[in-house]
Amino acid sequence: MTTTPSSITAPAGLRDRRSNALREGWLIAGRDLLHWVREPWGLVFGLAFNIMLILLFGFLFGGAIEVPGGGDYIAFLLPGMFALTMLFGLEGTMTAMAEDAKRGITDRFRSLPISSASVALGRALADLANSALSLAVLMVGGLLIGWRPTTGPAEIALGIALLLWLRFALLWLGIFLGLSFRGTGATTAVQVLVWPVGFLSTVFVSAETMPGWLGVITTWNPVSATATAARELFGNPTGVTSGWMAENAVLAASAWPLVITLVFLPLTATAYRHLRR
Amino acid sequence: MSRPVPSHPALEAVGLRKRFGKSTALDGFDLRVAAGTVHGLLGPNGAGKTTAVRCLTTLTDLDEGTAAIDGIDVRRDPAAVRERIGLVGQFHAVDEALTARQNLMLFARLSGLSKPRARTRADQLLESFALTDAASRAVSGFSGGMRRRLDIASSLVLTPAILFLDEPTTGLDPRGRATVWQAVREVAALGTTVLLTTQLLDEADQLADRVSVMDHGRVIAEGTPTDLKRRLGGDRITGRFAVGDLDRAAAVVAAAVDSEASVDRDALSVTVEVVDGSAALAPIVRALDADGLLVEDLSLRRPTLDEVFLHLTGAPSPVEPIEPTGPTGPTGPTGPTEPAERRAEPALPAGPAGVADPAASDLEAR
Repeated sequence: MTTTPSSITAPAGLRDRRSNALREGWLIAGRDLLHWVREPWGLVFGLAFNIMLILLFGFLFGGAIEVPGGGDYIAFLLPGMFALTMLFGLEGTMTAMAEDAKRGITDRFRSLPISSASVALGRALADLANSALSLAVLMVGGLLIGWRPTTGPAEIALGIALLLWLRFALLWLGIFLGLSFRGTGATTAVQVLVWPVGFLSTVFVSAETMPGWLGVITTWNPVSATATAARELFGNPTGVTSGWMAENAVLAASAWPLVITLVFLPLTATAYRHLRR
Repeated sequence: MSRPVPSHPALEAVGLRKRFGKSTALDGFDLRVAAGTVHGLLGPNGAGKTTAVRCLTTLTDLDEGTAAIDGIDVRRDPAAVRERIGLVGQFHAVDEALTARQNLMLFARLSGLSKPRARTRADQLLESFALTDAASRAVSGFSGGMRRRLDIASSLVLTPAILFLDEPTTGLDPRGRATVWQAVREVAALGTTVLLTTQLLDEADQLADRVSVMDHGRVIAEGTPTDLKRRLGGDRITGRFAVGDLDRAAAVVAAAVDSEASVDRDALSVTVEVVDGSAALAPIVRALDADGLLVEDLSLRRPTLDEVFLHLTGAPSPVEPIEPTGPTGPTGPTGPTEPAERRAEPALPAGPAGVADPAASDLEAR
């Protein structure tokens, strides 16, 4: 190994900038974007999984499922799948956080002169971008199999915004879990959490087809609120014919993620500080 | 090297204490590292080396004590401390999926460099650490030694006042170890202060100007490698002879190095302890030759970490179980201790790197 003195020693005054959480968060998020380019298969299989679920439920079970209040099942299913994809993103957030901690990459970031918010911010930006891409792919897939939004651009935009708003809230839950519980068991624990929450919702079937108590739980699931609001805003059948949710789905889909964020954003900050204990 | 010599040491730690639940990781840890030197922190697994490094690099909070890096208090101004340190932890904390250059660019830009400057700096570091040819390859295909060199390069984007290397060669093959040693020597030759932890006496001997021996969360001996070896009785030279020559050989060898020789009649060997084994070999060979004694086998051996601990604490090193060496109780100069507690590790929630299982990091490295 040949070494020239000038190259190991950094020139004086090399730093151009002071610490800035947004810039640093963006740089850390950029690492994920590079992963997509360098190892695209992870991303492709993630998207293929969502498309497979649509095809399975849309065509395999779809014929046997009737939507209360009438309407096409594919049109009912797709907005639900969008909401479910936002929920499933939680696993990726948590796994990525836990993996970086395990590999010492989080510690390396923490030993750099950067803002303490930038690690979580980087994860949040990268995962939000990932989910936006997944959503776009699902929407194109939906259009190909006959799903159609029937409302105006403003409603459609609000529907997309509410879906990403749910994802935004779940980011903090995922980062919190990834920082707090490490090791191989943690990912399994999140799967155990995510699947019942995903299926005890109105993603696949209307709550009005369920026994009373189950219908109540399902209706009030945050994923259901977002799914119902998205159906309404895209002009698709909602499967909700009566009750508070029939009138106020958009309100519920705005409030639930706010509650989740207000709880888990501070907890994420605390969990990050507790890395130092 | 143009760094002005500062009036304060690069690192000064006094009375550091850290507990994880019921186990004490640091128990009155003191350390002083002069600027421009390489300091080895030597100790068995579980001695508290990693916790010490994590506390000094602001990753873990201290319970008690004061520590300053480059004159800046670790607890009072951790952000300023982070501007002055480089940390290479026990893991190869580089992104596997990215190329070497992409990794360096990321850390350079996070250190506050603009894109063009980061690119220049990355290229300089790639060249310094003999990684230019591999710059555009994914790190996942790198050997352990290459990863470690990239890891060290990533910590040197801004010249740190002190570079921490936590067991930099754990899990590397001899060739990887040699290239990392070379890299550390070159970093040190340019005036960067280095604190390196190791379980290997030989590594500390090879790289460090001074060595602190650590056990039970505190430093139990400190000095230059030569000092320490002198205190430990130094190297062992053993020669094997024909049975009738043993006593005469012992006298000749002892006279040649002005030391006492011990005779093992079962092994037909004569052993002397000397401070500098390689310097003593030639006089021994000459003396034996002059006396017409035929030596069947002559070997030079450095004291092992186990022997270091036997000398310093009167108790065997807890690194791994060793053969019982006689009635050595668990009570040594450091006070009564339960052997079972010697392996006490920091509690898990403190962070995975802090409690790295050496076997696991071995696997990671390959």
